[in-house]
Amino acid sequence: MRRYFSRKLLIYILTFFLAVTIDWLIPRFMPGDPVQNMLSRAMLRADAAEVMYGYYTKAFGLDVPIGQQYLNFWNALFHGDLGTSVYMFPTPVTKVLLRAVPYDIFLLIPSILLSWYAGNKFGAYAARSKWLDNTVSPLGYVLTATPYMWLGILLAWFFGIVLGKFPIAGAYSFNLVPHLSWMFIWDVLKHWFLPFASLFLVGFGGQAIGMRNMIIYELEADYSHYLEALGAPRSLVRKYAFRNAVLPQITGLALSLGVIVAGALVTEVVFSYPGIGYLLLAAIQNQDYFLIQGCFLFIIIGVLFANFVIDIVYLLIDPRTRTGMMGETA
Amino acid sequence: MSEDKKINEFLYFALRNKKLRIGLFIVLFFLILTFIGPMLAQNDPFDYVNPGGAEPPSSEYLFGTTFFGQDVFAQFVYGLRATFLVGLLGGGIGTLIGVLIGFTAGYRGGIVDELLNMLTNIILVIPVLAVLLIIAAYLEVRTILIECMIIGLTAWPWTARAIRAQTFSLRTREFVDLARLSGMKSSKVIFTEIAPNMMSYLVMAFILQFGGAILNAATLDFIGLGPTNAISLGLMMQVAVLWGALQLGSWWWFVPPGLAITAIVGALYVMNVGLDEVFNPKLREM
Repeated sequence: MRRYFSRKLLIYILTFFLAVTIDWLIPRFMPGDPVQNMLSRAMLRADAAEVMYGYYTKAFGLDVPIGQQYLNFWNALFHGDLGTSVYMFPTPVTKVLLRAVPYDIFLLIPSILLSWYAGNKFGAYAARSKWLDNTVSPLGYVLTATPYMWLGILLAWFFGIVLGKFPIAGAYSFNLVPHLSWMFIWDVLKHWFLPFASLFLVGFGGQAIGMRNMIIYELEADYSHYLEALGAPRSLVRKYAFRNAVLPQITGLALSLGVIVAGALVTEVVFSYPGIGYLLLAAIQNQDYFLIQGCFLFIIIGVLFANFVIDIVYLLIDPRTRTGMMGETA
Repeated sequence: MSEDKKINEFLYFALRNKKLRIGLFIVLFFLILTFIGPMLAQNDPFDYVNPGGAEPPSSEYLFGTTFFGQDVFAQFVYGLRATFLVGLLGGGIGTLIGVLIGFTAGYRGGIVDELLNMLTNIILVIPVLAVLLIIAAYLEVRTILIECMIIGLTAWPWTARAIRAQTFSLRTREFVDLARLSGMKSSKVIFTEIAPNMMSYLVMAFILQFGGAILNAATLDFIGLGPTNAISLGLMMQVAVLWGALQLGSWWWFVPPGLAITAIVGALYVMNVGLDEVFNPKLREM
C-alpha cells in the first residue's frame, strides 16, 4: 500500500512540476514577443508604446535573469499570485478563477458520477444480450464519438430554441440576483440541466461501450468458463465478471478525466456557462495571457486532485494494491 | 500457414464482419466526398457569395448559407479535408511516437522502461487540451501542420502503454529468444519478430489515434485556437455559435460539421471493434 501510494504521489508531484514548468516556459520561449504583440494590437503612439513595453516587461518580471524568473514564478505561485487579469482588470487571476470553479464542480461531478454509474450498468446488461446489445451499443458508439460542443449545440437548439423549454445562456437568469429561494434554485437548475445533459450523454456512451467490451472479455476468461463448468448460475458468473470489469473501468475514468474536462470547457462555451471554459474563451479572445496560464494551472490541479481521489477509491476496492501487489494501475 | 492463406482468412472474416463493413463504408463515403467535394463546390469557403445572408439549403446552395452569406457546402467539404488531414497526420505522429516508446520500454525493460513508463504516466495525467491550448495561445500564426504536430506530440501515451504491455508479453517468447541468441540487433528483433506479431494492435492503435486527433482538433478549433488560415469543421461550429445560428434557427450551419465528425469518429470506433473481432476469434459472436 505504501509502495502504491508513494509511487502515485511521486508521479503527481512530477506532473505538477512539469506542468508549472510548461506554464512558465511556453510564454518565454515561443517565437515572437507576447509583450510586443499585446502592444502592437493596442496601436499606441511610439513613445507611449515604449513606456508600456517597459511597464509590461517589469509586470511579467522579464527584466531579471532567466533562472531568477523561474524561481520568482514558483514563489508567486505559492503565494497564490497568478498575475492580474487584463480582461477583468484589475481583478487578480486567482480571484477570477476561484469565482468560476464552483460552476465547474457543479457541472462536472454529477455528470461524471452519474454517467459512470449508468454507463456501467447499461454496458454490463448489454454484453451478450441480443436486443440490448443491438440498441445500447450503437447508441453508445454514436454518443462517444459525438464532439461535446456539437451535442451541446443540438440540445440547446432543440430544447432551448425550438421547444423553448430551457434557457441556453448563463448560470441563472440575468434579471435575478443570487439569493436563497426556491425560485432561484429552480432557475439555477434549469440553466444547469442542458450543459449537464450533454456532458452526461457523451460520458454515458463511452462508459457503456467500455463496460460491454470488458464484460465480454471477462466472460471468456478461464475463471468464468470454470464457474460455468461447475454449473454456477449465469447471474453468479456475470456478477464475478462485473466485479472484475469494474476495476479497469475506474482506471479508465481516471485516464479520461482530461477528455471530460476538455468537454466541459467547450460545453460551457456553448451555453455561456460561467465556468473556466467560458473564461478561457474570453481570455483567448482578449489575449489575456495571465488568465490563459491561470486556467491551464487550475485545470491541471483539478485533474491531478481528481486522479488522487480515484486512487484512494481504488485502494479501497482492489485488495491487490493493499497487499503490495501492484494491481491494474501500476 | 502460408502468408497467402493467412491474408485470405483475414479477408474472409473481415468481409463477413458487419461492424467492419459499416464503419469502412462510412469512412470511405466521407473520404470520397473530401476529394470530389471541392470540385462540386462552386464557391470559395470564405467568399461572401449570398447577399441575402443566412438562407436554408436550396438548389443553388446545397447546404444553405451562413449569416455572412458564405457557402456552407464549400466550408463543409474544405473543412472535411482538414479533418482527414489532422486525423492522418496528428494520429500518425501520435501512433509513431507511442509505438517507438512502447517498443523501447517493453523490449529493453529495466531502468529504461522505468523512466519511459514514468514519462508516459506523467503525460497521461496532464489533460492534452490544456497543453494544446497553452501552446496554441502563444503561437501567432498556426497552420494545420502545427496543429497536427502538437496533437500528435501530446496524444501518444495511450498507445505507448498498450504497446509496451504487448511487447512485454512477447519478448519472453521462445522465438524472440532465439532471434536474440542468433545475434540479431535489438531493432531488428523488434521490427522483424515482435512487430509483425502485434500488427493488429498497431492498426487498432492508429485507428483510435486517428479518431482522437479529429476530436482534439475540433475542440481546439472550437475555442478559437485552430489554424489561423484555414476553414475547419470545429471553426464552422464556433462561428455558428458566436453569430447566433442557434437563436436564428440556422440549423443547416451547425448540423453538417458536427454530424460529419460524429459519423467519421463513430465509424472508426465501430471499425475498431470489428477488427478486434476479426483478429481475436474469442470475441466473435457465435
